[in-house]
Amino acid sequence: MKFKSVFDIIGPVMIGPSSSHTAGAARIGLVTRELFGRQPTWAKIYLYGSFAETYKGHGTDIAIIGGLLGFDTFDERIKTSFDLAKEASLTFEFIPESGHTEHPNTARLVIGDDSSEMELIGVSIGGGKIEISELNGFPLRLSGNHSAILVVHDDKPGSIAKVASCLAEQNINIGHMEVSRKEQGQMALMVIEVDEHIEEHVLQQIALLPHIIQVTKISD
Amino acid sequence: MKFLFRNVKELVELATTENKLISELMIEQEMLVTRRSREDIMKQMDTNLTVMEQAVEKGLKGVHSTSGLTGGDAVLLHNYMKKGNTLSGALLIDAVSKAVATNEVNAAMGTICATPTAGSAGVVPGTLFAVQNQLNPTREQMIRYLFTSGAFGFVVANNASISGAAGGCQAEVGSAAAMAAAAIVEMSGGSPQQCSEAFAISMKNMLGLVCDPVAGLVEVPCVKRNAMGAANALVSADMALAGVTSRIPCDEVIDAMFKIGQTMPSALKETAQGGLAATPTGRALAERIFGADFVKGV
Repeated sequence: MKFKSVFDIIGPVMIGPSSSHTAGAARIGLVTRELFGRQPTWAKIYLYGSFAETYKGHGTDIAIIGGLLGFDTFDERIKTSFDLAKEASLTFEFIPESGHTEHPNTARLVIGDDSSEMELIGVSIGGGKIEISELNGFPLRLSGNHSAILVVHDDKPGSIAKVASCLAEQNINIGHMEVSRKEQGQMALMVIEVDEHIEEHVLQQIALLPHIIQVTKISD
Repeated sequence: MKFLFRNVKELVELATTENKLISELMIEQEMLVTRRSREDIMKQMDTNLTVMEQAVEKGLKGVHSTSGLTGGDAVLLHNYMKKGNTLSGALLIDAVSKAVATNEVNAAMGTICATPTAGSAGVVPGTLFAVQNQLNPTREQMIRYLFTSGAFGFVVANNASISGAAGGCQAEVGSAAAMAAAAIVEMSGGSPQQCSEAFAISMKNMLGLVCDPVAGLVEVPCVKRNAMGAANALVSADMALAGVTSRIPCDEVIDAMFKIGQTMPSALKETAQGGLAATPTGRALAERIFGADFVKGV
């Protein structure tokens, strides 16, 4: 079940004109910013399928930039996000691609600033709901049924155990977990699907653990 | 995760055996799945209802999109209705005008509540605020209308699609019309089975509807398709309340919609490459709005 809440159907409250191409796009931008942990200073955005064909008409471009600036789907500032990006020193480029993807509404965002870069593939699956299918080359297979925590960490012994015990202390049950890494000893990613609602303080606690680079929750 | 229902058959059976409204089962499932309180869930839906009311109010005052393709029709329809000489009845034209009002606000990048999507956001509120005058529901009953719509939309979204890019307009305005038809039946005092008949009758008459927006904008023909979605919902609800049933069960209609969407060419699924978008006038409008380069790409 990809859609679990009635508010996925009756909602979101959003700025028009399209839930998939505007609200979904804003959410992809917003999740990207949250995963990056701060506002990027540059962004290259590759659009596929229907996103590539109709992004101008649907305001997909201003919505993604709005999301990168931290605006949610109902934030009126989305309408002027290009001007606001200039003020916030965010430079960006949109590149429509002709290649085919599994879902017609797909965007690949490459963002960064002076210190680091990040790449993410987001899919807008309808009604404003999104899925993240890839992060920094790590394929993500999030079912979308559960709350999930994404933990970017150093591939060091004990880092996974510490995160797991932190969740156990909060009485949070892990339903599904995947760990992947680029190379031995390099950056790695934990994707943890949990049954319970995740409070902000839990994320903060995990972020303080050794070898943890970034913690974000999605699809809750 | 435990869900109370996964398809319409389960939803109707549960409502019938437990003697509960479909809206009640949607509320109970939401509490179960998200572990939020009833009060919290009702409050959020109340907020969404307020957003819908404000959008209709704004649209009936008259709005226009930046492209100039849509706007002002809700006002025309409302004034026409007030004269009292409508052929299809004041309630139906009221619903149509309020559906159009919502989508005109959406096209003008105003604030709306997606039901189930932004492009199809007019049908559910348009019908709700029209039947409101005849049925005089309480605020809670109006909120329940949205949960009934949501229950059917939940099944469609999980078993088929509510995305025009994946399934064409039948997945968006088609789903919205069928959701509204079911909700009208519940508010009118019809049985859960009658809700499902209304849904099936409505959806059957939306099958095959393509998504072919001119210039890729959610304006032409989207706004008027919401008008017809609202009309379809009201007539389907009346048919079900009269005792008319669908020969094809609801879940099989939803499955048919999904399969039609899969076989629909991508030119007719929100890519602005076929249908009305590819007509000489559709292309000329796109060129006027975005320039010749854009149209060449199309």
